[in-house]
Amino acid sequence: MMVRSNSIRRTLHCALVSLAVCIFAGAGDPSSRFTEIGHQLMCICGCGQILLECNHVGCPSSDSMRNELMAAVTRGDSDSLVQQAFVQKYGPTVLAAPTTAGFDRAAWIMPIVALLLGFGIVILIVRAWRNRPEPMLADGVHASPGAELEKFREQARQETDL
Amino acid sequence: MAVIGDFALLLALALSVYSFAAGLLALLSAEDSGWARVGETARRAGIVVFGAVLLAAIALVASAFRDDFSIAYIFHHSNRDLPGPYKFAVLWSGQEGSLLFWALLLSGYGFVLRLRYKTDPRLFAYASVILAAVQVFFLSLVYFAANPFGLIEGPLRADGSGLNPLLQYPEMVIHPPMLYLGYVGFTIPFAFALGALIMKYPGEKWIHITRRWTMVTWGFLTCGIFLGSHWAYSVLGWGGYWGWDPVENASLMPWLVGTAFLHSVMMQEKRGMLKVWNMWLVFATFWLAILGTFLTRSGIISSVHAFAQSSIGTWFAWFLAVSFAVFVFFFVKNKSGLRSEHKLEALVSRESSFLFNNLLFLLLTLDVLWGTWFPKISELVQGNKVTVGAPFYNRVAIPVALLLLLLTAVGPLLAWRKTSFESVKRNFLWPTIGALVVALFVMFTPAGWGSIFGLKPWHDISYFYSLMTIFLSALVTFTVASEFYRGGRVISEKTGQGMFASMVQLTHRNTRRYGGYIVHFGVVLAMIGFSGAALNQEKEMEMGYGDHMQISNYDLVCRSYTQDDNPNQASEWALIDVYQGGQKIGTMTPQRLFYKASQQASTKPDIRQTFKEDLYLVYEGQNDKGQPVIKAHVNPMVIWIWIGAWVIVLGTGLALVEPAPVPVTVRVPRMVERAAPVAGD
Repeated sequence: MMVRSNSIRRTLHCALVSLAVCIFAGAGDPSSRFTEIGHQLMCICGCGQILLECNHVGCPSSDSMRNELMAAVTRGDSDSLVQQAFVQKYGPTVLAAPTTAGFDRAAWIMPIVALLLGFGIVILIVRAWRNRPEPMLADGVHASPGAELEKFREQARQETDL
Repeated sequence: MAVIGDFALLLALALSVYSFAAGLLALLSAEDSGWARVGETARRAGIVVFGAVLLAAIALVASAFRDDFSIAYIFHHSNRDLPGPYKFAVLWSGQEGSLLFWALLLSGYGFVLRLRYKTDPRLFAYASVILAAVQVFFLSLVYFAANPFGLIEGPLRADGSGLNPLLQYPEMVIHPPMLYLGYVGFTIPFAFALGALIMKYPGEKWIHITRRWTMVTWGFLTCGIFLGSHWAYSVLGWGGYWGWDPVENASLMPWLVGTAFLHSVMMQEKRGMLKVWNMWLVFATFWLAILGTFLTRSGIISSVHAFAQSSIGTWFAWFLAVSFAVFVFFFVKNKSGLRSEHKLEALVSRESSFLFNNLLFLLLTLDVLWGTWFPKISELVQGNKVTVGAPFYNRVAIPVALLLLLLTAVGPLLAWRKTSFESVKRNFLWPTIGALVVALFVMFTPAGWGSIFGLKPWHDISYFYSLMTIFLSALVTFTVASEFYRGGRVISEKTGQGMFASMVQLTHRNTRRYGGYIVHFGVVLAMIGFSGAALNQEKEMEMGYGDHMQISNYDLVCRSYTQDDNPNQASEWALIDVYQGGQKIGTMTPQRLFYKASQQASTKPDIRQTFKEDLYLVYEGQNDKGQPVIKAHVNPMVIWIWIGAWVIVLGTGLALVEPAPVPVTVRVPRMVERAAPVAGD
């Protein structure tokens, strides 16, 4: 039993390491890094576009920003260093998405909280509804949940849904 | 023209005030009193409002065609050499004109509503009064705060400033009207819902009326959103169709909530459940449509599409607050009439799938709303703005959208009340196997077959999302197909018709259900189109005569570059020959346009579209040597977005068609046939 659990653990480790190799393989390629980081930055000319997507004629900013990015990537600066340099030079609005530090974290946390809360609420609602007593009929008689009634319901559903 | 237009606006405002006040007094009085006749005059006044606003709109368009630059609005949004269709589009191309257009559509909807009052005179009278109140707001806004007939100050100019170059595109003549028909149209379901709430309307008839109006409006908004995406893709030249800009988000939010309502309304119709929820959804859809307008017109959120900053934001803020207060007041007062008639019997049922469907739509709406407002919230809290762009929305919205796609596959196959395990197994086994086969085929087919093939989900999270989209899309397609097949088979067995004819008859018998399935299939096609974005490629190059650019499996050769000129615009363009596998497959001409009147430049990309991928070329400008700088994109599967949009429109249209009555078969006892011969025969 012990041998079996060890072999499962080893297989899982191997799978994780392989996955990590697959994920991080090619991460150092300058061209792909330029594209990846360039899509996380905004053009600061006011066009409101992602840096590598800004193409408006005569843009005074995007060309020089792209050159700076290419130089940083060629130098081998890390992603966070490149982003920090851009933030220092152009301000926090140069980042295309909020960071995961300080109040910016709220931007990312809120959707997750909403998702969890939402699912929780729906499950509570479903439970509450299931436990709710069957609404009374006009003459005070409860509807029979018998098999015969179910059969007719199914028949009605099939006939009306087609 | 300015005087006529101005007077028509004032008349429309006066009639709206009368329609509201007289209609309200008539509703508050006893039904058999003389106030009933006053109520009738209020209805007729509401009808005439449409004529007055139409006259104002005609006056503005006529001013554009007559090049009447004494009107400030015409001076700022038109010029003499502007082509005819764009002079027509002047009506909605600026702040004041678009608000007049809004008022026109609102009065047009009101015109139809007030003509159809016999369906339920009392409910329609309530809806008419609520609509008149909204009309009073918009007409006051147009007349007092954003009047399009204001005259220009200073000397009269010989020519106008011209229309924004980005708006000089054929789709701009239909995209805004569609979008506005959607936004404005949500006022009608809201008017019915609030009317039903105020009068504690018995039964579900109001919900039938509201659902149809919502479906029409939703159809328009869907068209508007897709046309806007197509315009962005074809004109803006950044190679994409959705940038998560606040203005785009503003159109998406009411669409998402409206979609949630179109699903949850079925719970109320079939099971008498979710009455409170539906009431709030109708209100939220209307409110978000107005909120979107507030966002784009107040200048509170910066956007590339937004209208200029103006004072009308305050008007909208007040309107939003008042409409919210009115709705909450009547909801608290009359919510006792909104009790559920049934209880939920099982977790695995159509009802619970609708609950989760609504939850996900609402979550998506909240995510979009949160992302749109976060820069402002951040500014208030920490004193500096942040950007919330595509990377945020893609990370937050895509997982929720995938869950929705899963529910699209699962929901329709679950039975009302409760679904047995056997039924789940029977309905889902083959569609799931089929979807898995499709996903594995896409994953393990060599990439050389096309950009979408050879997707390895462990290479990138976006590949994982794309593959999941393909798997779930296949699942939805197979479940939809199985629904058509099973229904068709039942009819075929009963009538002896062929399978296709049976499926047509099936659809005709329940247009709403099968129209809905077609809409789902359209959504699937659009999602497949969106999934291609993970595999986009782009490359930029300065191209002299004979220069080559390699991208994907295309070889682009610059054959020539030149210039052109006409009274409205000057242009520079490149002539690029496209080769694939050594064979020339076409020539493309990306352009850069310079509009003389507005002194603004814009790009005009050239797109070579196939079912597999788009080759998208942009003329970015010239280098120091006068050679064109060309940016090439290869965007896989984009065409499926537009095909999906058409299918959604088709499905919506079908769902609006009245279903054919189901033929009733009367069985005659056999003994009649074998009746004993009458004596003497």
